[in-house]
Amino acid sequence: MTPLTKMKGSQAIVASLEAEGCDTLFGFPGGVVIPLYDALFDAKHLRHILVRHEQGAVHAADGYARATGKVGVCLATSGPGATNLVTGIANAYLDSTPVVAITGQVRADLIGTDAFQEADVTGITLPIVKHSYLVKSPAEIPQVIHEAFHIASTGRPGPVVIDIPVSAQLSELTYKRPEGPQLPGYRPTVRGHVKQIRAAARALLEAERPVLYVGGGIVTSGASDELARLAQLLQVPVTTTLMGLGGFDERGPLSLGMLGMHGTVPANYAVHECDLLVAVGVRFDDRVTGKLSAFAPQAKSIIHIDIDPAEIGKNVEPTIPIVGDARHVLAGLLAELEKMERPSGRTAAWLRRIEDWKAEYPLHYDERDGVLAPQFVVQEIERVTGGEAVIVTDVGQHQMWSTLYFHYRFPRQWISSGGLGTMGFGLPAALGAKLGRPDKTVVDISGDGGFQMTMQELATAVNYDIPVVVAILNNGYLGMVRQWQDLFWNKRYSYTCIEVQPDFAMLAEAFGAKGLRVTEPDQVGDALREAIDCGRPAVIDFKVAPEENVFPMVPAGQSITEMIGGKATRRARGAKKA
Amino acid sequence: MKHTLSVLVENKPGVLTRVAGLFARRGFNIASLAVGESEDPTLSRITITIDGAEHPIDQVTKQLHKLINVVKIRELQPENSVAAELILIKVAAEGDKRAEVLQIAEIFGAKVVDVERRSIVVRAVGTNDKLERLLELLQPLGVLEVVRTGTIAIGRGRG
Repeated sequence: MTPLTKMKGSQAIVASLEAEGCDTLFGFPGGVVIPLYDALFDAKHLRHILVRHEQGAVHAADGYARATGKVGVCLATSGPGATNLVTGIANAYLDSTPVVAITGQVRADLIGTDAFQEADVTGITLPIVKHSYLVKSPAEIPQVIHEAFHIASTGRPGPVVIDIPVSAQLSELTYKRPEGPQLPGYRPTVRGHVKQIRAAARALLEAERPVLYVGGGIVTSGASDELARLAQLLQVPVTTTLMGLGGFDERGPLSLGMLGMHGTVPANYAVHECDLLVAVGVRFDDRVTGKLSAFAPQAKSIIHIDIDPAEIGKNVEPTIPIVGDARHVLAGLLAELEKMERPSGRTAAWLRRIEDWKAEYPLHYDERDGVLAPQFVVQEIERVTGGEAVIVTDVGQHQMWSTLYFHYRFPRQWISSGGLGTMGFGLPAALGAKLGRPDKTVVDISGDGGFQMTMQELATAVNYDIPVVVAILNNGYLGMVRQWQDLFWNKRYSYTCIEVQPDFAMLAEAFGAKGLRVTEPDQVGDALREAIDCGRPAVIDFKVAPEENVFPMVPAGQSITEMIGGKATRRARGAKKA
Repeated sequence: MKHTLSVLVENKPGVLTRVAGLFARRGFNIASLAVGESEDPTLSRITITIDGAEHPIDQVTKQLHKLINVVKIRELQPENSVAAELILIKVAAEGDKRAEVLQIAEIFGAKVVDVERRSIVVRAVGTNDKLERLLELLQPLGVLEVVRTGTIAIGRGRG
């Protein structure tokens, strides 16, 4: 393409997406995006995936982004097409994932007239986007798309909406490749303050009971290596949030697993007793902290490293705040520490205490004859895939079992809806993940409730030959809500029993996918292998124990040491009362 | 205590909505907001006053900074800034109350900008405190309508 080429707005959208390195686009056509679809018909470097519902498009883009670290792109028409994206945009916003959502809009001169399929999309999405654009003039398209990718993927990533009226798609412009973003108000702080980093290094050397509490920021910034080196160098145990899973290899002795409401006992105890809390790329979410006033009460010092200054001091006031990219800051911290004299064995007693907790409070579930435990299915998925699969989940009990019973080992291995807790996320996100990482086995662990929210995307999987394995932990309930009703609402299971269900294996076959059903523990491994080896999209309906609960559990709003359930934790609770 | 923020934003459609929307969704109450073009026509300046006791000013500022179109935020302290607000007050001024209204207006350096048989419109410029006192004195005379611009403020000196 010559530097100055005349083209239509629709062609400029395609050219701009390609210029940003976008290779996959998830979308669904409609009236006002027909010109754009016409241009896509000729696109050479852009693969369009036709989803079966716009929600599938945005979740797939999100899954693609999480699996690859690249910007995920989705496309929908005006009005209902765009409003169907809203949940997925909010999902990307809450989990800080780089998604660009392009929506068609009615003709610029019709905006504000309640025209057919008109919705104020920039208005509707205002509270759930990092930024948004309404592009009325075709000449703006290249610059806007360039900036949108820049904003979505830098700093604290997030979704950007570009609303483009059909009139701008149809008009001509002279395409000029943008030279860079023009955003005078947008300059994320990447490098941490040197003095603060030094102070953090000193605090780390002085600590006897330090804990690294790390989250999605580790994965986003690619700081896993730096984190592992830091933990090793000073022998500091690491607990991850749900978003941070995969950011630290969970197989080593320094891993505490996940913390918070459904965190492990050692993780929550360690945070409770630590004298130094090093929070990296986290936001002290209520599902992590429980009762804030009782969170890390013995910490003499809290270091909070985050790229978003607004997160620092929002829920917890740190002693040493550091604004910056987790990878840069941790690298800086390592460089400082390597220069300093380091006493050896300072955390040895602390690590022994943690080992004791691990021995005393292992994860536990009851194995009963003839009953398929959902936790066992997750363990089998790890075993059969050698722990190397990318795990995508939906939202609910199966999601929590997936956090607890699989040892995550590499970043971007774990893809799950954290902040928004969006049921229906799993299957479409798995499709996006598989398209982004075709080299990996992708297993979507889902529940029977969440799967039914977006199961139409099985058609997309078959259509484009995307061989994901869907493992439905089917307990016939909306299990997480049922668990709360069980524990806190006198077992009044109000509308949480899914009384009528399709036969998921037959349903999969009807879509042209492979369908399997498993009722016995000894069939689990074979079924998983068969599903993975068939090389086609596959659904396994695991009929699991209907009323199994997720333990440990901290009731909402309580201190994270107030854990209920599980064998050892019951003992701990009893001891406390006595 | 009231805080005054001077926020420089890109002069583009929808920017005011983003700022106002942010306050609403984070639960911050705006006491007043005034906006207009700045010395640079591509930028607008918004003066926002908020009740600082109610909301941590630090969080407000940080959240505002996250808006892509917000270029610069400055908190203006009363001791090194100048603030002013314009108010229009319509007072029922019949018979012998008329003279009193005019007298109070004069003391406050306010201008009478409209006189009708049954009402007077007084225009005053000053700090929020001063205008509050003026209103207080006019209140017993029968205030019919009040319109105010909200505070605008600027830093002293060249800093």
